[in-house]
Amino acid sequence: MPAVSKGDGMRGLAVFISDIRNCKSKEAEVKRINKELANIRSKFKGDKALDGYSKKKYVCKLLFIFLLGHDIDFGHMEAVNLLSSNKYTEKQIGYLFISVLVNSNSELIRLINNAIKNDLASRNPTFMNLALHCIANVGSREMAEAFASDIPRILVAGDTMDSVKQSAALCLLRLNRTSPDLVPMGEWTARVVHLLNDQHLGVVTAATSLITTLAQKSPDDFKTSVSLAVARLSRIVTSASIDLQDYTYYFVAAPWLSVKLLRLLQCYPPPEDASLRSRLTECLETILNKAQEPPKSKKVQHSNAKNAVLFEAIALIIHHDSEPNLLVRACNQLGQFLQHRETNLRYLALESMCTLASSEFSHEAVKTHIETVISALKTERDVSVRQRAVDLLYAMCDRSNSKQIVAEMLSYLETADYSIREEIVLKVAILAEKYAVDYTWYVDTILNLIRIAGDYVSEEVWYRVIQIVINRDDVQGYAAKTVFEALQAPACHENLVKVGGYILGEFGNLIAGDPRSSPLVQFNLLHSKFHLCSVPTRALLLSAYIKFINLFPEVKGTIQDVLRSDSQLRNADVELQQRAVEYLRLSCIASTDILATVLEEMPPFPERESSILAKLKKKKGSSKLPDMDDSRKNVNGNTEFVCKNNGVIYENQLLQIGLKSEYRQNLGRMYVFYGNKTSTQFQSFSTSVSTALQLNVQEKPVDPLIEAGAQVQQILNIECVSDFSDTPVLNIQFRYGGTLQNIAVKLPVMLNKFFQPTEMMSQDFFQRWKQLGAPQQEVQKIFKAKNQMDTDVTKAKLLGFGVALLDGVDPNPANFVGAGIIHTKTTQVGCLLRLEPNAQAQMYRLTLRTSKESVSQRLCELLSEQF
Amino acid sequence: MIKAILIFNNHGKPRLSKFYEHYNEDTEQQIIRETFHLVSKRDENVCNFLEGGLLIGGSDYKLIYRHYATLYFVFCVDSSESELGILDLIQVFVETLDKCFENVCELDLIFHVDKVHHILAEMVMGGMVLETNMNEIITQVDAQNKMEKSEVSASLKICYLDQIQ
Repeated sequence: MPAVSKGDGMRGLAVFISDIRNCKSKEAEVKRINKELANIRSKFKGDKALDGYSKKKYVCKLLFIFLLGHDIDFGHMEAVNLLSSNKYTEKQIGYLFISVLVNSNSELIRLINNAIKNDLASRNPTFMNLALHCIANVGSREMAEAFASDIPRILVAGDTMDSVKQSAALCLLRLNRTSPDLVPMGEWTARVVHLLNDQHLGVVTAATSLITTLAQKSPDDFKTSVSLAVARLSRIVTSASIDLQDYTYYFVAAPWLSVKLLRLLQCYPPPEDASLRSRLTECLETILNKAQEPPKSKKVQHSNAKNAVLFEAIALIIHHDSEPNLLVRACNQLGQFLQHRETNLRYLALESMCTLASSEFSHEAVKTHIETVISALKTERDVSVRQRAVDLLYAMCDRSNSKQIVAEMLSYLETADYSIREEIVLKVAILAEKYAVDYTWYVDTILNLIRIAGDYVSEEVWYRVIQIVINRDDVQGYAAKTVFEALQAPACHENLVKVGGYILGEFGNLIAGDPRSSPLVQFNLLHSKFHLCSVPTRALLLSAYIKFINLFPEVKGTIQDVLRSDSQLRNADVELQQRAVEYLRLSCIASTDILATVLEEMPPFPERESSILAKLKKKKGSSKLPDMDDSRKNVNGNTEFVCKNNGVIYENQLLQIGLKSEYRQNLGRMYVFYGNKTSTQFQSFSTSVSTALQLNVQEKPVDPLIEAGAQVQQILNIECVSDFSDTPVLNIQFRYGGTLQNIAVKLPVMLNKFFQPTEMMSQDFFQRWKQLGAPQQEVQKIFKAKNQMDTDVTKAKLLGFGVALLDGVDPNPANFVGAGIIHTKTTQVGCLLRLEPNAQAQMYRLTLRTSKESVSQRLCELLSEQF
Repeated sequence: MIKAILIFNNHGKPRLSKFYEHYNEDTEQQIIRETFHLVSKRDENVCNFLEGGLLIGGSDYKLIYRHYATLYFVFCVDSSESELGILDLIQVFVETLDKCFENVCELDLIFHVDKVHHILAEMVMGGMVLETNMNEIITQVDAQNKMEKSEVSASLKICYLDQIQ
């Protein structure tokens, strides 16, 4: 018998749904829905009390309307009323409505909590389950506050039904995720771990999920779970498939629970206890052995379940990374899967092998599969799989196979999907640099990259090739020759023109001996690309030309003619015009000696981390909570703005915020620049500043649209009313691709910005210093130097802080003495300071005396962070 | 953790959406559209996993889906879930629906959205897998139906008595 008989549906609901489905147009559908909404609203508002059946029918209709994408702004109260019904069906539909439609901040939460409380106390397992489901699905803080203490009790109580225990475990897990601070485990820990021994496998599964999450947060508290998990796993793995009855899924014993247990074990290192360890190794071996057995069923579900366990076992082996024997077996098993006819298995095998490649025991074994992986890259029909193949090639690359892998990646790039090209370009660029033995290969590779996928070659990539060519003189001649040849192509990418212009400008002389690449030929070749290029590239080419004048006096006349032409000297772009004018003058008036000095070859770049690697890291890490990282960066970054007024204060993938600010007495003006880094318009851009009462910040309106790549400016006028310590916060809101973005940035407006430096004579200083002698007027702090102690840097910082530095006041010339006045609207506060560095101890002593205690405090805090 | 469970048909019409993390209505609809766009352009016989759309969290999240006749079943999960395990879970879900509705078809999901939610609630709770044993799930669903029936017949009796009086 079917569990849901089709005849007993609600007729009104069926008619309504049919109506909607018969609507010929979107307008008709909206009209029908609005009519129904009006009807339901009037029914809910009407005088006649609705019976349970009607309420249920209407709530179902609302759910359906919601699913179609229409806002539902009423009915919540009716749903809450249904919760307290004694009838199961009404209660159930009430809970359903709430878990689908009520968000966690709803003001109805208190009423809902009340109903939940009653149901949890009802001792009716069905009602308890409904209530637990609701808590887990909504998972709000208020709910955590209300129930965090009840749920563990339900979970470990001896008389709780199994199904309720299952729900309680997951409910607790959810609350722990949303409000960990409210769900202290402490006293329950041991009893929760013990659930791993429960009779009911459903309870064990739920408990394993819970313990895994808790163990990730506090591994020490749940250490005892390891032995229980191994024991449980061992019993499952060695059981005959019929032992576990219902939990056998297509002839595989409890696959889901096995997977969860193996996940739990991945929170810990290999067990130290020898017998436990060998028992676990036995389990893992058995799982690997089973993979070789003939399948017990031809159904895909059978192999799926079996392999789910197998992949998780392999993940654990890789995580432990301690048994070479198991690692090699795992690698061989994955090797088999690489050629399996199931696409899913090929995908997962590539993915697991990526992690395996980083283990020293199995790196070599992984490398033996290179041909298979390369053929996957060429022949797989599925882009998801091809992407995994690229990842694996990158992971398995080392000096022995780098040329082959880079060549294969380059040839794949010609046909690669647009979505993954940029990532492949970065990977090729990194591998080429990392494993370059001779740098001619590196130069060839990068130029090939630009030829094949120029649009995806970011600035970092071509900057890097220039850095490397400049730093290694053995490759400069080759690079000049190669770019010269590459530029012969009738159409070449602008990035190639940039690299070509830069390299020929520096090292064109190295190939000038050959009549086929004489100075004039080189110049004409570069100049033939000039008119097709964007402004920044043209500017770069102009610099290359002036370098040519220095390298090759014979083409000076030709180049001067070009610089002199109207299209350069009167160019509409100010940068190009300026360069043309200056370079022309320079070439006319400077002697050859001066030219040679000014236009000398670039000095080597300091060695630094590859900018490309940084970019790939950023790209990879970008999706992981970018906002959190960024805001943290901003909070730290603010200290750097204590002593300076301009710079970038915030940057993420979408937006860059820069500042210029100026202050006079108690007034300030700040120019905030918002740069859209994406290729999509920002819409509904708006800002607001929240600030303490002691500051007035007046914002000028800002344009609500920021075009792709554009920058807009906003002016903030600032007035300091009286001294303050909280920095204002700039809240920014805009729509990017449909999602609303909220960003909060601390604005670097600190008390010291309102300093006016005061010069004074030594005796005045001491007189005032004595006047400010009351204990609360002085604040002193002794602190360790965070940066190197450098007199000039310290001086610059103190001046940036806003005080005047007074020479010859302190008898010890190593000490610094400064004075200034803080201007606020209400008062002016005179400030004196003394900073005594102790180079031996790497410590500073900072003393501040002002006429106001709070000012002394705040200035001391701000300044002491700077050294 | 499972972030969302979506069912839509070959034309992208949503038939069930269950989010275990809160989004506003607009975003939910956009996620459904984006997911449909990503999944529907894939051939048959390619693998069942792909990286999630931007709205739902990009490459940290995977979409694991199955396509049955006119319907796509899509689970959006983070890296703590086993891909093949979720694939099995979708299968269990569909087999359970099939048992409960006797040869389930798209229309059943349309006209019994509440039932589908109740069945799903027996399997997944707050984004975590609650039960994978089909018999257990069906027992729970049956018990619910019995309660429902008894309540319906009880209310019918009352109506009947009303009429007599």
